[in-house]
Amino acid sequence: MEVISDFFQAIPYDQILIQTLNGIVTGMILALIASGLTLIFGIMDVVNFAHGELFMLGAYIGVVVLATSGSFWLALVLATLVVAIIGAALQITTLRPLIGRDPLTTILATFGLSLVLQNYALWQFGPVARKIQEPITGQFTLFYLEYPWYRVLIAGLSAAIIGAFWLFLKYGTYGIWIRATTQDRVMAQAMGIPVPWVHTAAFAIGAGMAAASGVLFAPLVGVNHSMGIDWVLKAFIVVVVGGMGNLGGSIAASIFISLLEAYASIWVSPAQAVIVSFVVLILTLLFRPTGLFVPTPK
Amino acid sequence: MTASATAKVPLVEVEDIHTFYGKSHILHGVSLQVGRGEVVGLLGRNGVGKSTTLKTIMGLVNPSRGRVRFEGSATTGLPAHRLARIGIAYVPEDRRIFRLLTVMENLRTGLDRRGVSEARKQELLDKVFAYFPRLAERRNQAGGTLSGGEQQMLAIARAMMLEPKIILLDEPTEGLMPRMVSQIREIIEVLHREGVAILLVEQNVPLTLETSQRVYIMEKGVVRHQCAASELRVNDAVIHQYLGV
Repeated sequence: MEVISDFFQAIPYDQILIQTLNGIVTGMILALIASGLTLIFGIMDVVNFAHGELFMLGAYIGVVVLATSGSFWLALVLATLVVAIIGAALQITTLRPLIGRDPLTTILATFGLSLVLQNYALWQFGPVARKIQEPITGQFTLFYLEYPWYRVLIAGLSAAIIGAFWLFLKYGTYGIWIRATTQDRVMAQAMGIPVPWVHTAAFAIGAGMAAASGVLFAPLVGVNHSMGIDWVLKAFIVVVVGGMGNLGGSIAASIFISLLEAYASIWVSPAQAVIVSFVVLILTLLFRPTGLFVPTPK
Repeated sequence: MTASATAKVPLVEVEDIHTFYGKSHILHGVSLQVGRGEVVGLLGRNGVGKSTTLKTIMGLVNPSRGRVRFEGSATTGLPAHRLARIGIAYVPEDRRIFRLLTVMENLRTGLDRRGVSEARKQELLDKVFAYFPRLAERRNQAGGTLSGGEQQMLAIARAMMLEPKIILLDEPTEGLMPRMVSQIREIIEVLHREGVAILLVEQNVPLTLETSQRVYIMEKGVVRHQCAASELRVNDAVIHQYLGV
């Protein structure tokens, strides 16, 4: 009996609660990045290696707009729009000509884009990290911690953006076009849906969502030219674990993996906690290669 | 162009098309015509290029030679979505329902076009739901959960949403129960009465001869025989020769 009560007393409930909150916050940011990635993969079979750089570009545009206007919210909106337009231009110039070619060519193309964008940012903004000031600075007490309200706001805003995107896909005419094109590109075209433009729009939406998450997350980590790399790696893991091209699966996997990592870092260092996501990835590929959160294919 | 001249131009004119899949030469110079409001049957054994002919007209496959004209102007090389907007609809052999979209969303892929008023949309929906009450009952069900016959109805209803001038109908009765087959026959007759042209690819010879005005018979990638449907009987020597029935 004593062993059992010792065990329950040894559980750090306060830390678990704090880490649950942390896990949800990073999970929502990750979900916002991964939604765009999975949308682009689902509709075009393009694995977008430049996604992390669109995230980074969003953060830098946020820095610039914030410096000139002083408004975080304007920075968020403008960064999203500008990166969406940049995304559309990149899709038209580099990916559209590759439609119907070997998927390897699109991997090389997006990887090339990622290098160009990273080095552009390095050249333009230099190696020193920039800072975005959070728009709200209040804190609330959570056990022994002063927990910033801004983190809660990030989770809420990410959820709102994802929710709006989901409603658009479910009810909007263009949302139906995107889903129809994802399921059957040829038949969508035969129904009069302008598939090349649907591809461009989907890429733009994915890019915009990456940019929004870049601005939202920037106050927590600082902005530099390589900030996208860690995130896009994690987003790739999430997209595979959630089932390639499956939006709901990616969102569930984002939160699942972020929570696991957050709990793991109670006992090990955060750097080691990252191993958890790779373990989940490997187990998923071994036992459920179609994804953890999709029904078993018949 | 004057009204009388327009009437003489066939709706769809296929002129000596050659189509390849990779290195295999599927169509060896197919020519055919479909007039306005005409139902035309396209018969032939499996693999003679009937479906490829439809895909070429729809712009899903590019012919390496020859041309397709729609209402007198060349459409070769135009993307399929443009052709769908100017009045060509396609009902493929395997139906290709958007499986994860509901019945209603499947219909909306053709219905949500620029220049269609809400009233007109409702009219079109009411019309197909009157012909296919099963679809009305299942409007919020995912397309993939429908039975084969219901999917065929949905594929035809979806094509009707485009208000097409011609429907390219590929083996609509394949694998269907007799009751469903007679429903397909009825809808072909309804569409004909409404002035929609149909290019009908079928294995069901009696159905084709009853619903069509003219038929073409294909063999090995070319049209071998053409005549009025009334000239042919199900047990004609021509039918035996090319279809082996």
